[in-house]
Amino acid sequence: MTESDRPERHAMPIDSDVDVSMPEQRQELRGSSGRVLGVIALGGVIGALARYQLGKWWPAPIDAFPAATLTINLLGCLLIGVLMVLIADLGTRRPLVRPFLGTGVLGGFTTFSTYAVDLQTLIGQGRADTALGYLAATAVGAVAAVTFGMFLARRVPVRRLV
Amino acid sequence: MLGYVLVAAGAAVGAPLRYLVDRMVQLRHMSSFPWGTFTVNVAGTLVLGAVTGFTLVGATGSDVRLLLGTGLCGALTTYSTLSYETVRLVEQRARFLAVANLLGTVVAGLGAAVLGFTIGQLL
Repeated sequence: MTESDRPERHAMPIDSDVDVSMPEQRQELRGSSGRVLGVIALGGVIGALARYQLGKWWPAPIDAFPAATLTINLLGCLLIGVLMVLIADLGTRRPLVRPFLGTGVLGGFTTFSTYAVDLQTLIGQGRADTALGYLAATAVGAVAAVTFGMFLARRVPVRRLV
Repeated sequence: MLGYVLVAAGAAVGAPLRYLVDRMVQLRHMSSFPWGTFTVNVAGTLVLGAVTGFTLVGATGSDVRLLLGTGLCGALTTYSTLSYETVRLVEQRARFLAVANLLGTVVAGLGAAVLGFTIGQLL
């Protein structure tokens, strides 16, 4: 599998949820809006429940580092990198995959709001170093995770799998 | 058991809402900068801040937090879309926008968390 067999990088959207600069996504809600929104809701529920359950299995005591949220966010970012490359290979054959897995599951699984409120709480507790560490670890880690996920997926000879 | 139902209910609203808001914002502001994701992330953080501030003082905490916090805000906001967009902007040679997106969202999000929390405590 050579690099020339890969879909062009510019054919991938910038926004994994919905990118209206791509014609097929601008049309996405016409005619099938119920199904698209339905799979997004279903995926969102699955992702959120997974996040909730992981948080219950791995609770952060009041004075601890929000390790569960960090792990969830990094894992979700790794997976979105993998997903978006694999979807580019699928083309338009399975139009509900991106809304379900990307927008729904991974969007529901990862969270920005919890991260930001965690930061606000840490700062309020006077733990600025921890806050800074958490801020950077998530932000940098997330970008690294997406990049790594895309890198991994681009090495897989998907044409033979699909 | 109820906890799962509350989270699920909130998420069932939050995720499609993210999609619709993102779409609506993009259609009105044709730009490479991901204003749609920025909007849902900052708005969702404002709400979570308020819920956290509100429930911190009262005993009504848990159910409201699970429904609106873990469920709605957790699904409305996203780190996966945020960081994917950041990486794609870098790949498109728009590094300034990539950095602005990541840093801008974090800074605005932190501000929203503080503001929301303050408002929540006052309610």
